[in-house]
Amino acid sequence: MASRFFLRRMLLILPTLFGVSIVVFVLLRVIPGDPIVMMIPPGADQADIDNLRQLYGLDKSILDQYLIWCRAAVGGDFGTSISLRQDVVGLILSRLPATLELALSAMALAVVLGITLAIVGTYWQNRWPEAVVDGVSGFNQAIPDFLWGLIFILVLGVLWPILPVSGRIDPRTGLEFTTQFYLAESILKGELAILVDLVRHMLLPMVALALPLTAVITRTLKASLFETMTQDYILLSEIKGFSRWRILIVEALRNALIPTVALSGVQFNFLLGGTVLIERIFSYPGIGNMAIGAVIDRDLPLIQGLIITFAIIFVFSNLLIDLSYRLLNPKVVNE
Amino acid sequence: MNRRGRRFGNLSSSHLRVWLGGSVVLLMVIAAVFAPWIAPHDPLEQDLISGLLPPFWSSDFNSTYLLGTDSLGRDLLSRLIYGARVALIVAIVAATLAAVLGTLLGLLAGYFGGLFDTAISRMVDVWMSFPPVLLSIILVAVIGTGLHSVIIAIVVIDWTRFCRVVRAEVLVQREQEYITSAVTIGLGRWTILWREILPNIAPLLITLLTLEMGIAIIVEAILSFVGLSVSSDQATWGGLIQEGRLYVHQAWWMMTLPVVCIIASVLAFNALGDGLRSILDPVMRR
Repeated sequence: MASRFFLRRMLLILPTLFGVSIVVFVLLRVIPGDPIVMMIPPGADQADIDNLRQLYGLDKSILDQYLIWCRAAVGGDFGTSISLRQDVVGLILSRLPATLELALSAMALAVVLGITLAIVGTYWQNRWPEAVVDGVSGFNQAIPDFLWGLIFILVLGVLWPILPVSGRIDPRTGLEFTTQFYLAESILKGELAILVDLVRHMLLPMVALALPLTAVITRTLKASLFETMTQDYILLSEIKGFSRWRILIVEALRNALIPTVALSGVQFNFLLGGTVLIERIFSYPGIGNMAIGAVIDRDLPLIQGLIITFAIIFVFSNLLIDLSYRLLNPKVVNE
Repeated sequence: MNRRGRRFGNLSSSHLRVWLGGSVVLLMVIAAVFAPWIAPHDPLEQDLISGLLPPFWSSDFNSTYLLGTDSLGRDLLSRLIYGARVALIVAIVAATLAAVLGTLLGLLAGYFGGLFDTAISRMVDVWMSFPPVLLSIILVAVIGTGLHSVIIAIVVIDWTRFCRVVRAEVLVQREQEYITSAVTIGLGRWTILWREILPNIAPLLITLLTLEMGIAIIVEAILSFVGLSVSSDQATWGGLIQEGRLYVHQAWWMMTLPVVCIIASVLAFNALGDGLRSILDPVMRR
């Protein structure tokens, strides 16, 4: 059953990406700014401009451009970046691991923190820990990741400078990486000093990204834990004499997690969208930072490639969330 | 006695929030409206000899620049005051337009139901699953930079917040007895929608509108921070943050001041919205 569901969802991915590509392609072609003007030196004559326009295929109709782009994209070729003059796929692949490591760590942190806070708040219901948990999540939710990032830079980077506020790794680090997954690679190679340096660079952007999501998880999970704790089967466990911790974590948590998991697909997309800005603030070399540069430079091939990349990640993260939702909730049957 | 005391306490804390939030917002409005008279300097006037001057609490500050200067010697206080203008214009215009669009669609979807409701609700679901920051940057990439683009981007993204809440509220109101009575005495559907339902959801709308203004200020700051808002010579809080970020190790106050302005105004709008919600709407009074 689950495999059929999986297959059906996989089949939906292609038309989705196809749709995204059409929308993006057409929308970007009606932009008023001219990418060619951005790249020529002042004083270039019309013939040079025309040559460049022809070189990048910008003299053809939108439909022709799209067909050419599509044909190449199916073969894994997303063209050449206009501003950076490099292969788009190569550029994205060199930056994507940095973003994935940041986003996944932030997500993991938010899940652990959110679940812990929700359990603490439920265990000490109507006592001061619950008030603290509610206060903290209210505050977390009121301030967006953008402002958290700036506050962290000021407090932990400048006023009390204990953490670096830009980049991904100390440039003096000697280790030659074979992949772009620095974090994973340094763990696998057992390079402790480098791992510490990476984590120190990642900590502030990671926490800034994680805090708003933590608040959402805490609130949703706490509400459903509260509801679950009044169910008959919980009462039965209480009568059996299980401890309150055991009931909360072993009996209630699994069922209470279902609404939270259902919510976290969209929330992960939000977190990933947040990396665009957080990477900019912390000069972190990921695809989000690159996306803003591409938009400012009107680098059409790169913008298209990046949006498709984001779309692919969204589609797959939603698929994963849906799958885990189904595994967790036996009541969901294929319709 | 106990119950009355608690209700009184709750009510006064809501009033306190409205007063606190309201006065900060009022301060911001005054600064924005009277900027040319309040600001001690022209926000664009450069004084290259006195660049990166510290604010008044430092010993070597220059008394003509109360909050110091940026790298080009422009007065930070004046730039902050003029930045409030852009923030407030975006907050008021974008939030109001988003409210009008979202409320209209929400009212129609909730009251008339059917295919229109299905289409609108589906659209809201899809819309809200996009990350707003990414969406706003892409939108500005498409429509170009400038104040109008920022406003359009906010309206296009955030009408859903109003639409969803209004639709849900209309569904509740539609089943109330006063609507049955209105139908019984023969009022038309549009009259009921306009004269009966809309006034009843007005408190909710005012709350949402206030909260949306806080959100709009953040979005404007984000877009001007990444250089996609108004042209860079105009002073905006986001632009000031971006400049301050470059000099954060030499002049930390340059980034701190606009960040404080944004946090203060966003918290003020939130406090005002939350306070108004519990004062205006007896049902939502906790």
